[in-house]
Amino acid sequence: MQQLTKPRPKFLALNQIRQPLAAIASILHRLSGAGLFLMLPLLIWLLQLSLATSTEDMTTFKAVKDCLAVRLILLGLVWAFLHHFCMGIRLLFIDMHIGVEKQASHTSAKAVFGISLTLTLIFGLKLLGVY
Amino acid sequence: MNRIVVGAHYGLKDWLAQRITAVVMAAYTLIVLAAVMGGATSSQEAWRAFMSHGLIRFFTFLFIVSLCYHAWVGVRDIWMDYIKPTGIRLFLHALTLLALIGYAGWAIQIIWRL
Repeated sequence: MQQLTKPRPKFLALNQIRQPLAAIASILHRLSGAGLFLMLPLLIWLLQLSLATSTEDMTTFKAVKDCLAVRLILLGLVWAFLHHFCMGIRLLFIDMHIGVEKQASHTSAKAVFGISLTLTLIFGLKLLGVY
Repeated sequence: MNRIVVGAHYGLKDWLAQRITAVVMAAYTLIVLAAVMGGATSSQEAWRAFMSHGLIRFFTFLFIVSLCYHAWVGVRDIWMDYIKPTGIRLFLHALTLLALIGYAGWAIQIIWRL
């Protein structure tokens, strides 16, 4: 097949490239998605326990949700969900060719971090019982 | 014949499904968030009543199906990007698909039992 584009130089030492914010947000979109996928059984189990009627299940639910390790995992998942959510909306706009330019893309990446981290803090403090 | 494995439809259908399921899940998230702020989790009875409401059950079902389809496309893309040996990749694809089908059944059973 005929080469359509000029061969470009490849430099894939990822640790040596200073990634733009949008690239970091992008890889975190993948990472957060993978984390949510891996923790699905925990989340479905919690849903099941939260709706259970037997006293045994209700006791289990109370014990599980009061466990610090579970709360920390949930805190991580809250961040993962919020980042994935905000970044997903950003990607939907980019699909519609909105905010594709370099500056706009950088600004929206900043907004993704700003919004998702702020909401993680708000929900996280609630989750850890601070208020 | 010279076959191109990544032919027409294959990619576009999943790309589109990824977006549609994302919108469904985002809408559901806002509905549940609004309900929680309105007191749907104030007690276990309130939570059970909310989740067993006919319309909410319908949306929860759509959410579960959307989530599994969305996760399938996303996780499959991860395997396609990083796992090169065909055998291992096929195994991981099958494992992912089977897990997601199982999760969907489990989650739907939880809300349908209410």
